Amino acid sequence: MYVCPYARGLPTRVNTCNAATLSYRGGLVDLVYTGLIKAIRLIVARDPEILEITFLTLRVSGLATLISLAIGIPLGLYLAVAQFRFRKVVVGAVNTGMGLPPTVAGLWVSILLWRNGPLGSLGLMYTPTAMVIAQAVIASPIVTGFTMASVQQLNPKLRLQIMALGASPVQFWWLIIKECRFGLLAAVMAGLGSVISEVGASMAVGGNVRHYTRVLTTAIVMEISKGNFDVAIALSFILMALSYGITFILTVVQQSRRRL
Amino acid sequence: MLLNKTWRRRDNLESGAEIIEHKQGFSSGPVIRAKDLVVIKQGKTILKVEDISVFPGEVLAIVGPNGAGKSTLLTILACLEFPTKGAVFFRGHQVTRKNVLSVRREMAVVFQEPLLLDGTVRENVRLGLSLRGLKDDAERRVDTWLERFGITHLSGQMAHTLSGGEAQRTALARALVLEPKVLFLDEPFASLDLMTKHGLLKEFRGILEDSGTTTVLVSHDFSEVRALATRVIVLSGGKIQAEGTPDEISVDVLPKLKESVRPNLTGGWKN
Repeated sequence: MYVCPYARGLPTRVNTCNAATLSYRGGLVDLVYTGLIKAIRLIVARDPEILEITFLTLRVSGLATLISLAIGIPLGLYLAVAQFRFRKVVVGAVNTGMGLPPTVAGLWVSILLWRNGPLGSLGLMYTPTAMVIAQAVIASPIVTGFTMASVQQLNPKLRLQIMALGASPVQFWWLIIKECRFGLLAAVMAGLGSVISEVGASMAVGGNVRHYTRVLTTAIVMEISKGNFDVAIALSFILMALSYGITFILTVVQQSRRRL
Repeated sequence: MLLNKTWRRRDNLESGAEIIEHKQGFSSGPVIRAKDLVVIKQGKTILKVEDISVFPGEVLAIVGPNGAGKSTLLTILACLEFPTKGAVFFRGHQVTRKNVLSVRREMAVVFQEPLLLDGTVRENVRLGLSLRGLKDDAERRVDTWLERFGITHLSGQMAHTLSGGEAQRTALARALVLEPKVLFLDEPFASLDLMTKHGLLKEFRGILEDSGTTTVLVSHDFSEVRALATRVIVLSGGKIQAEGTPDEISVDVLPKLKESVRPNLTGGWKN
């Protein structure tokens, strides 16, 4: 009998819900219920491997989101106001990038980081750093696109008005950012949401190495492939709770100044 | 063109610091002067003005039909954009990308829409002072102008909850609290209903007379121009067609203008 590595010490009844027992146990509702109970127990029991995977997920996706914000916000602000010859081409590329499949991003980052690739000498393949790079590649166009849209949504004359009020360039951009902060926080949420939930790129460049590059999404995929649906469901609940918790905090920040 | 009859110029074209003597009184140099302005956008020349000056204490109205280039001329004179060709001078000094910020901080602009930022009325009125790093006396100045525009009771209210009239009063207070050397108004009363507009226009006229602020007013509406302006420039097709006092323009110039660029004396333009 397979024993889930994340469920050491849990009662056998909870630990043996796999594909073979699915029909016997009474179907989907029972499976989801078992998964939820298992998720709660794993969290309450502070399973070291689950904690490790969860913290790595947070670390990798958090860092990738920060990098994507550092790239995407200035680029989005620039593209929103600048006029240059190939602007439409660049904007089109950004919009295409917003729908970039994570697997494709993973493939290209793999090619770059592979032993014989241009950045192979850095030895980053199958490391958390590689996963951060791949996820930043996925999130950056999303943050850029959302930023651009939120600035373009502002009345164009507002830019002139801010300049007319005597704003220096730094003050100008600060006021623009403040004015479109709802859109920018949406950009943060969309960027984080896109990377915390992706699996293709993390699998391609991280390899799902236990105790090293395994994150929640890659662990879920692995458990599904093994037929351990209840464990996969338990991990998915943890992932969703994590995602909801972060989004909730950002939403509170976003709505905090919306006084009537 | 009326321009030549009414104005006599002694040019110092190199520095732009000319002395202009007007029949009606000004004998000091212009606060703002623009020379040989050409603005080309998307391959189309939308403004071509050889020479325009704004003198201390006057209220200069720029009137004309839609698409005449009035707002473009205002943004150039207010140093919010640079012309494709030509130069703008502020108190005799050419405005460059290096000194444009300090020049902008001597001016204030109110647009047709109030364009208030997210925040309270007080925060909006104080904004320009904060951007200039003026802390001493800022609250007193804000209070003064909130009171003058009758919006003290709205001080703590969020800007996005204001009515059109209240928002425009806030925008005017935000501009005048800066005590600008030149105030630019781009059809600031156009979006208001008739009652609000007449009330605000009357108050604003009193405020301008009291403060003696040099003002450039862009307008569609000749009744506004009559109420506020001391001098009028008629702009059409991006070029100055005529210049004079409101009376001169309405009596001598407007009847001779082509119907397409003639203003409706009681309201907007026929176009």
